[in-house]
Amino acid sequence: MTISVPDFGTPPVVRYAEPARRLDANGHGASPAVSNGVEYVDVTIDGASIRVAAGTSIMRAAREAGLDIPKLCATDNLKAFGSCRVCLVEVEGRRGLIASCTEPVHEGMVVRTQTEQVARVRRGVMELYISDHPLDCLTCPANGDCELEDVAGAVGLRDVRYETGANHLDAVTDASNPYFQFDPSKCIVCSRCVRACDEVQGTFALTIDGRGFGSNVATSEDTFFDSECVSCGACVQACPTATLIEKSVVDHGVPDRSVDTTCAYCGVGCSFRAEVKGDVVVRMVPHKDGKANHGHSCVKGRFAWGYANHRERITTPMIRETIDDPWREVGWEEAINYAAKRLKGLQEKYGRTSIGGITSSRCTNEEVWVVQKMVRAAFGNNNVDTCARVCHSPTGYGLRQTYGTSAGTQDFDSVADADVMVVIGANPTEGHPVFASQMKRRLREGAKLVVCDPRRIDLVRTPHIEASHHLALQPGTNVPLMNAFAHVVVTEDLVDHDFVKERCDTESFRDWLEFARDPANAPENVADVLGVPAEDLRAAARLYATARNSAIYYGLGVTEHSQGSTMVMAMANLAMATGNIGRPGVGVNPLRGQNNVQGSCDVGSFPHEFSGYRPVKDDAVRAEFAAHWNVDLDPEPGYRIPNMLDEACAGNYKGLYIQGEDIAQSDPNTQHVEAALGSMECVVVQDLFLNETAKFAHVFLPGSSFLEKDGTFVNAERRINRVRAVMPSKAGLREWQATQALANAMGYAMNYTSVEEILAEIAELTPIFAGVTFDLLDREGSVQWPCNDRAPTGTPVMHEEEFVRGKGLFVLTEYQPTPERANRKFPLLLTTGRILTQYNVGAQTRRTDNIEWLDEDVLEIHPADAETRGVRTDDWVSVTSRIGEITLRAMVTTRVAPGVVYTTFHHPQTGTNVVTTELSDWATNCPEYKVTAVEVRPANHRSEWQDRFAERARDQAEALAAAGS
Amino acid sequence: MTTVYVPLDTAAVAAGGDGVATAVSETGHEVVRNGSRGLCWTEPMVEIEDDGTRLAFGNVAAEDVAAIVDQRQRHPKCLGEIDDIEYLARQTRAVFDRAGTGNPLDLAKTTILRECLEREPESLIAEIETSGLRGRGGAGFPAHIKWRTVFDTPGEQKYIVCNADEGDSGTFADRLLMEGDPYRLIEGMTIAGIATGATRGYVYLRSEYPIAAGIFQSAIDNAYGDGLLGEDILGSGKSFDLELFIGAGAYICGEETSLLESLEGKRGEIRVKPPVPAISGLFDAPTLVHNVISFAAVPSIMKHGGEWYADMGVGRSTGTMAFQLAGNVQRGGLIEVPFGITIDEIVNGFGGGTRSGRPIRTIQIGGPLGAYLKPDEFDTPLTYEAIAELGAGIGHGGIVVFDDTVDLARQAHYAFEFCEVESCGKCTPCRLGSVRGKETVAAIIEGRDVEQKLTIIEDLCEVMETASLCQMGGMTPIPVMSAIKRFPEDFRR
Repeated sequence: MTISVPDFGTPPVVRYAEPARRLDANGHGASPAVSNGVEYVDVTIDGASIRVAAGTSIMRAAREAGLDIPKLCATDNLKAFGSCRVCLVEVEGRRGLIASCTEPVHEGMVVRTQTEQVARVRRGVMELYISDHPLDCLTCPANGDCELEDVAGAVGLRDVRYETGANHLDAVTDASNPYFQFDPSKCIVCSRCVRACDEVQGTFALTIDGRGFGSNVATSEDTFFDSECVSCGACVQACPTATLIEKSVVDHGVPDRSVDTTCAYCGVGCSFRAEVKGDVVVRMVPHKDGKANHGHSCVKGRFAWGYANHRERITTPMIRETIDDPWREVGWEEAINYAAKRLKGLQEKYGRTSIGGITSSRCTNEEVWVVQKMVRAAFGNNNVDTCARVCHSPTGYGLRQTYGTSAGTQDFDSVADADVMVVIGANPTEGHPVFASQMKRRLREGAKLVVCDPRRIDLVRTPHIEASHHLALQPGTNVPLMNAFAHVVVTEDLVDHDFVKERCDTESFRDWLEFARDPANAPENVADVLGVPAEDLRAAARLYATARNSAIYYGLGVTEHSQGSTMVMAMANLAMATGNIGRPGVGVNPLRGQNNVQGSCDVGSFPHEFSGYRPVKDDAVRAEFAAHWNVDLDPEPGYRIPNMLDEACAGNYKGLYIQGEDIAQSDPNTQHVEAALGSMECVVVQDLFLNETAKFAHVFLPGSSFLEKDGTFVNAERRINRVRAVMPSKAGLREWQATQALANAMGYAMNYTSVEEILAEIAELTPIFAGVTFDLLDREGSVQWPCNDRAPTGTPVMHEEEFVRGKGLFVLTEYQPTPERANRKFPLLLTTGRILTQYNVGAQTRRTDNIEWLDEDVLEIHPADAETRGVRTDDWVSVTSRIGEITLRAMVTTRVAPGVVYTTFHHPQTGTNVVTTELSDWATNCPEYKVTAVEVRPANHRSEWQDRFAERARDQAEALAAAGS
Repeated sequence: MTTVYVPLDTAAVAAGGDGVATAVSETGHEVVRNGSRGLCWTEPMVEIEDDGTRLAFGNVAAEDVAAIVDQRQRHPKCLGEIDDIEYLARQTRAVFDRAGTGNPLDLAKTTILRECLEREPESLIAEIETSGLRGRGGAGFPAHIKWRTVFDTPGEQKYIVCNADEGDSGTFADRLLMEGDPYRLIEGMTIAGIATGATRGYVYLRSEYPIAAGIFQSAIDNAYGDGLLGEDILGSGKSFDLELFIGAGAYICGEETSLLESLEGKRGEIRVKPPVPAISGLFDAPTLVHNVISFAAVPSIMKHGGEWYADMGVGRSTGTMAFQLAGNVQRGGLIEVPFGITIDEIVNGFGGGTRSGRPIRTIQIGGPLGAYLKPDEFDTPLTYEAIAELGAGIGHGGIVVFDDTVDLARQAHYAFEFCEVESCGKCTPCRLGSVRGKETVAAIIEGRDVEQKLTIIEDLCEVMETASLCQMGGMTPIPVMSAIKRFPEDFRR
């Protein structure tokens, strides 16, 4: 049996159009309704009276009303194409037969979907199809999930009368992609894959080559793998036959049930249907009703979930006395008691604040909640922090100062109304690929683009898209860039005075005007600092300020700077001054990195804030929590991650509970992190794998993958998405259960019996989550916070009537250059980022076939810098900063500007963060990953640190091997 | 003063025209390379003009030149005075009136443009409506409806697109016009632009017409030079830019939506309609797409009035049609006459029967996807309506003659094969049906299960006709079924 979802054949006229409905006898003849700006018409299909949005295709109207019209080339996430010709119908008053996918309905139209001639012609078309199709249905991987088979059955094809003639049955399968195969012998040339690649993904990797009978699906290279294909899976999903099919389906057969859940990679938060056989996941299919992804996916979410069953997964708790000892597998109870005993001992010896915890942005809100509650209630301090510290903490700070809330202002769909997009320090096609496809769709419709990035990211020039301006600024000069924009807006009087007057704080605006007007901020005066011509700055600023709707999208290239918070506020100022806030199409939009980085912040992971961003110092708030949790709470904010590490090195901080984080790879100045971890006396790591941090751990608690979890994630648009367990927990206890057990063992009683209970507590104690329940999420699919009495189904766009803080506040954003500057000794600036196929520290993606795309981190270097250093592509080079050295391979490319080098941090043995420094954002301590002064030299050996790393990896592998014995 | 005209059109050049021109210049006489008069069977047709009188000479070879110049009327290749040649004298030339009369680039660049610039767009469209002009590309759709739709559809940028992708075998009217009177086309398109509000035009010319391309490009350049194209035409404040675009060799790009795709730089593939190009055409903008001859008829209509044009022809088939006679025929060429002339008058009257001298067995009318007719149908008047009653179409006006040695089963096979070769591959009936049709007819020719195969062909033809996305697949059944119906003996042997 199949588990197919309804496919209406063609897209709705507008997303919010009501579906077609049948009218009873009374309803007919009533004047055509107009609602929500959509006109509805009455048509008759096979005798049934149907009211449907004008302009809807006959096919969609019929299918929405429950009348099936066969189709092959049509699918409802692609524009009607009209090529297969099996959807023909008869329309009264029209000659011949009409393709129902391409013909819009109009008032009074009378359609017959089944007549003698229609049946005959459809059968004739199917006879042609099958005359060039293998007859191996019983052994075909799509057997049971094949639209061709379905339509052949539906039209009653009984005989193929043609003699064996020319055919494509000998076409050879391309199995180059690790996740799916392309078998052209089964291709019916419906172009769904080509159109999906164009319209949905926007990569344009596929085409139809040849013409007529020779038409065939082709890539620019011989194989999919070598082509521009980004392996998003849109083509596979679009294919109606077995031509493009997941290898996992080839191996396992067609799945028989599905579970709706949410991807656990980036902050887009794509909804998926996990398609399952027994408890084996066969494939992950993006959910058409997913409000963040609308049925689209990327290579990670769609395919790279095999890590959940990777042989290196650890599923049994382990303990050891010291980090040089071998691991010992133990039962849960022993592991928990061991951890509790050691942590309590540390508190007795070194004081209450000598231990703490780090929550994970990859875990669910409920799991995070339990950890932060354990720290506050069971550890009795506020030493809890989260990895948002090292990514988007300046976003939270900056947007809170200016607008009053620590989150992005828009939903993703808002981009469809943007006329100008300014992308700053973000690389959406790599980091947020599904949203990037949505951006690209709007850009192909004609929206203008400004990219501010030291690197020429793909978005600068990609099929049918070219940025109006690429401002390739020097790393570390974001603030003067925004100040120059502000200067142009103010001095050329592009301010939206009405908006400012009505919505913003007058006094701070006046100060800001004065500040922006300062000639020091003029493009001409900062052009040299930025390395960007003044006229480009002016033109880009004008473009932003004068469009109907302009939106800013940004990423870690904004936040991970010593002035990260300043930059966030500078953007917030600019958006306010130009009136680009509070409606669809505009806003200040952080593209958050991890699946639940928003949520982990929302539910109280910071040392100074309870959930909902309320200060621990606030007596009323604290009293509420204390009463609810039945415990005294510490009024003093706790340590941030960098404080924890510093205090550890100083001998004051001794124990750490780390939930699904790998600070030894992801945090800056690796050697400092290692020293801190090495000096602690009880490190508890909860993870899927023995990660770099776990090599310094005393207790290892096996975690569960997202496929084993229940709960919620919050994506970058504040969307609370449901996560549902697809397979049983491999470790026996889920994270929240393990954490609860530890809290209990520490002496604080927690008695949750379900994830739902935890969510109920979050909702009760967190005003922005007040209305959130599993029931609501099951009903709505997802909601965006604030979700409460005022907004029972959530809030797509914030600050519509007024800012959360009341009046929008302008903050002066004076440029303070980072002390991390290129000099004679370290003449290049290193900036770091990530690539499409890998995710963060790579713990997950490195354990999938994604490794075929990037098996090592490489250093991008401009030809001019490479030339003077005698460096060629694929050479080994050493990268030295004032604090460390690593060796990796070089790639010479003009993608980076002269003076800038770039690499990723996906592979632990590279040790990218060995060279990044301890400098951080002045307000939030978010590390300045994006600017490190370095020198690059040819090298012929690994760096000292890399040698030590290899040694430790060997030792720890032995320690692990001992565990099972 | 003697002037010798040697045609420069593709047919004349193919028959040795350039050598003839060289030979003439060696005689010391002035040589003018003119367009063709359309008497293709007698190309290169040289004209010698003395004191305004032109003597014509047919099938002139380079080695004939000295004798011709020397002997004039006495030379056996002399066809008499040009105006007396019956083939021409019996025609009514409203479109081709100037073609062949002189060097195409020396003809007057405008005939009525200045007056049209001063007229209201509405009145220009009304003139077209009065004329009853229908599209000459093949479909015969009333031109004024397209004009009015483009005019009425809002759009910042509208386009005029000329379909010069003349791919039907046996047709050559577009080429003769562009090689013989290119300014007529430029003027027609410019007037259409003024009338509809379109300020940019493209001529999509097939790559197989290099001589036409060269001449037409020069004509565009000259028109720009004289301020007849570009900004502020003749000081009117109105603008129209025109560009020549060369196709890439696909028959399917003669279909208007494929043509637009190709013009946009994409794979030449059919677009679904609706929307029609007049509403959403080139780059999704309102676009007036016409064949060369349709645009070329416009200046005469504007000059002489819609009534004048409508007075020619029969019923709703108004004006003149440029028929193109080819195949196994004595006198193949361009025949511009009012609608209503019979097939017989064209084929036997103008054409003089077969070149082989054997009896005519059939003609194919309307290009390679047109119907095969029998001689007993030749008294049918050539109007859209009368020909439609035969289950045929006039199409672009091509008529190809076959004698009694023709095998209609092989012609049916050829029809499918043509469809196979030229199908864009988008829709299933055409992409697969053409191949299966060809294979099945091949089996019929081999005598295998003939009756069953004929049933399959009949079913297939219904599928192709009713289900194909465009007329490529939709009309392939016409030659096939007309052959089977009229010449069953060729299939059942």
